[in-house]
Amino acid sequence: MNMKEEALLRVENLTKIFRTGFLGKGEKIIAVNDVSFFLKKGEVLSLIGESGSGKTTIARLILKLLKPTSGRIYYEDTDIWEMPDKAYWRKVQAIFQDPYASFNSFYKVERTLKNVFKLFPDKISEGEKDKKVHEALEKIGLNPKEVLGKHPFELSGGQMQRLLLARCLIIDPEVIIADEPTSMVDASMRVILLNIFKELSKKAGKSIIFITHDISQAFYISDRVLVMYRGRIVENGPVEQILFSPQHPYTKRLISDVPKLHEKFKFTLT
Amino acid sequence: MSLVLEARHIEGGYDLGSSFLKAVDDCSLYAYEGEMLGVAGESGCGKSTLAKLIMGLTKPPLRLVKGKSIIDDIDVYKLSWKERKKILWGKVVTMIPQASMNALNPTKKIKDVVFDVVREKYSTPPSKSEILDMAKKRFDEIGLDPVALDMYPIELSGGMKQRAIIAISTLLNPSFLIADEPTSALDVSTQKLLLELLYMLIKRNIVKTLIFISHDIATLRQICDKMCIMYAGKILEISDTEDVINRPLHPYTERLMESVIPLMPSVRKKTLKGIPGAPPNLLNPPSGCRFHPRCRYAMPLCKEKEPPLREAKKGRFVSCWLHLG
Repeated sequence: MNMKEEALLRVENLTKIFRTGFLGKGEKIIAVNDVSFFLKKGEVLSLIGESGSGKTTIARLILKLLKPTSGRIYYEDTDIWEMPDKAYWRKVQAIFQDPYASFNSFYKVERTLKNVFKLFPDKISEGEKDKKVHEALEKIGLNPKEVLGKHPFELSGGQMQRLLLARCLIIDPEVIIADEPTSMVDASMRVILLNIFKELSKKAGKSIIFITHDISQAFYISDRVLVMYRGRIVENGPVEQILFSPQHPYTKRLISDVPKLHEKFKFTLT
Repeated sequence: MSLVLEARHIEGGYDLGSSFLKAVDDCSLYAYEGEMLGVAGESGCGKSTLAKLIMGLTKPPLRLVKGKSIIDDIDVYKLSWKERKKILWGKVVTMIPQASMNALNPTKKIKDVVFDVVREKYSTPPSKSEILDMAKKRFDEIGLDPVALDMYPIELSGGMKQRAIIAISTLLNPSFLIADEPTSALDVSTQKLLLELLYMLIKRNIVKTLIFISHDIATLRQICDKMCIMYAGKILEISDTEDVINRPLHPYTERLMESVIPLMPSVRKKTLKGIPGAPPNLLNPPSGCRFHPRCRYAMPLCKEKEPPLREAKKGRFVSCWLHLG
């Protein structure tokens, strides 16, 4: 298939089953159920779904933080489990919901940022490191002087999330997985972050998997949208198509129940 | 319409050892019977602190510096902590905090939670059957089958749990309810149910007045008649919801509205602006208007003098020199 050929990342029949109880003899929880999709270069793909729908599990599987129960993930036609970890993580990076959890709170920001150079096989001079850190910070609109000498608790959620993005940019991966990156950030900072993601894909050609429960954010930044419901993909298509003609009842409910600024819910009291 | 809340020139904050962080600075808020008032603002703007100060929840390090709060003719700060516990909280004013949807003890039946709540508030509590009758009546009014009283939280669906919590928190007929970001951790469909519940509480006269605190303006606008916009410990604007949304007066409100992502396909082609910069450090707030460093219309006066909150147009209060000529 043509589409598949230009895919950078390909997920095929991915299933992840968690087992509860002693030695996994308890209940089976199918977190991800036979999911297939692909990600093209320079594309923003959103995974939308409610909590427990399996979106974060997919992120963890793609990041090689979890082994799939079955199914495969390919990066440029190579099975990711056949790639060395460090080499893979130079290509695929992630940003999570809580930026404070991604930074060691005892380290100054500079140390955490410079730690990423450990992912690179070659030795990099201090001067070169400084240059890369500064470049990355400037790209996302943070003043290096203001943030490098600080500890995470001295910075706001918006600043921290942008630092995580800067960390990503230093590594310069091809794929960025952003798992609810704006949920701890205020509305006024949220769009600024989303704009950075948009630019990364449109100008720098990065591919982004944007995971969210917020359908408006997904529609704002995505080229394509996948809607997940109970571990399965129930909707897959361009934003316009899903907004105008949602197929699955869950997507319909999602669109009708999201509070809108210029529309009021009509409650009929029963 | 009678006045249910009269909070005047409230000023308070947190003792931090050597310094004092003034989280709320000279805020006045009034709410009338039948009114649903939304308080909006971003994290750290003082909206939750204001709510606590209004209902007298001044547990150290939180402290009231100045001001007065009168709820249903009761002067909150004339009561001791113990008196507030006995006669004010739960009976006159109740707060539904953020994590409340998980507040039910999983090992207790709903009716046992009800007994605990009621007994704590009376020196000579009513009998179990009287309490049960009260609870059944309220459960009925809220549209929850009273059989839920005999169930454990795990046996209730998400929507039932919400109803149970709302029923329990309004059991002693408080006239004034403060909901502090009750919807923020919920998915949109559960959120909508909760909004409907809060709306019903007012329309059925179960509570007289509701203050709904949230950072999400699109959520607030669904049920609130009026909105109050806070920034850096100050109230910047109070108006009818429609005016705030469609014709904002304060530049901060204007930018806040521009930050809301509309749900329409054309949104992809747009670039929304957000608000560059960050809110000020409250230990050292900027001079004059607190928003001036981030304001696109800032004038020399804004840096020098703090604008008061005044009625700029009929029924519209704003604290901005652009509108207070």
